[in-house]
Amino acid sequence: MALLADLFLQFSILTVVAFGGITAMLPELHRLVVEQRQWMDDTTFAHLFAIAQAAPGPNLLVVSLIGWKVAGIPGAIAATLAISLPMSLVIFFLYRHWERFRDAPWREAIQTGVAPLAVGLVCASGWLIGASAGLDLRGILLTLACTGLMLVRGWHPLWYIGAGAAAGALGLV
Amino acid sequence: MSHSPADARGAAPEPPHPATPPARQPGLWELFLACSRVGLSGFGGVLPLLRHLLVEERRLMSGADFNALLGLCQFLPGSNVVNLAVCVGARFHGARGAVVATAGLLLGPFLVMMALATAYGEWGHLAVVQDMLRGVAAAGAGLLFATALKMARNVPERWIYLPFAALMLVALVILRLPLPPLMLALLGVTGLIAYRRGRRAARLAMTAKTES
Repeated sequence: MALLADLFLQFSILTVVAFGGITAMLPELHRLVVEQRQWMDDTTFAHLFAIAQAAPGPNLLVVSLIGWKVAGIPGAIAATLAISLPMSLVIFFLYRHWERFRDAPWREAIQTGVAPLAVGLVCASGWLIGASAGLDLRGILLTLACTGLMLVRGWHPLWYIGAGAAAGALGLV
Repeated sequence: MSHSPADARGAAPEPPHPATPPARQPGLWELFLACSRVGLSGFGGVLPLLRHLLVEERRLMSGADFNALLGLCQFLPGSNVVNLAVCVGARFHGARGAVVATAGLLLGPFLVMMALATAYGEWGHLAVVQDMLRGVAAAGAGLLFATALKMARNVPERWIYLPFAALMLVALVILRLPLPPLMLALLGVTGLIAYRRGRRAARLAMTAKTES
């Protein structure tokens, strides 16, 4: 029970600073569950991220997998609620008043200020996933190839995921 | 699916003003099913599907309304699609609608995740499974880098703001600082820069207008 409460509290705090969406939260999730609490090792963290990538649904559900690893199904439920509930409550009471401060100068300033920080966060996410997965040179080449192709071709993400799984199964990375 | 869009339009009489924004009220069950379908079919991004369903397929809100709600949801922290489901559900059915829409969006994919987690618990130790997951993680990291670069391209006045992206990256990857205080500190700086530049631009626009 103490474990579930800790999980719930930590993830609730996390979601309140999750500017830039859930993918931007991966570095902090990693710091929390791998380095600080030591609930799992690097490899498992990378595996859970990979499973969430290959499954349908909003990408916040990687958190359900992390919660599952920490404390089974109750952990998955606690983690999912902790990530979605706090901001859902805020937005429920706020959305009616949005029009009033939509054009306020401070609102635009925060939005402009968040954008570059989100870039750094998502970049750190990619870095930490690659590092956690323990990629060798061939793995890093696959990562860079996916980055480049996605930028110039923009095929559906599932193609990259499938190619990654195939390359792994064939022992190429 | 019990309500096809054709049914919904056929049941209504001829629309008197085609240009007025549609304001059909979906039932709670329809809301749940629609959100479930979006959640379960969303690979690598649920947002475009949600927009398609609400604005084009079911015509539950206008594109402008959707964009306004999305603006709020992307502005606030947390998961953008969950925030959006709360807004959309609340708009039609208050608190009950918010709960139903969010539950619809998350329940199906959550069950899929738990099935996959169970399979991982069972077969995760196999070498071939570990190899595949490592490959997927490598590809997924590549997609994250591509997302970051695309986002960087959209940052205005890059020479001012992108150094802060680099600062964030270093603070997280090398210094391993905790995000909450880091986010508040850096956002304080970038927000203040943006605020002052916005103010100055508004003042310049004002003087230009009075002079002409």
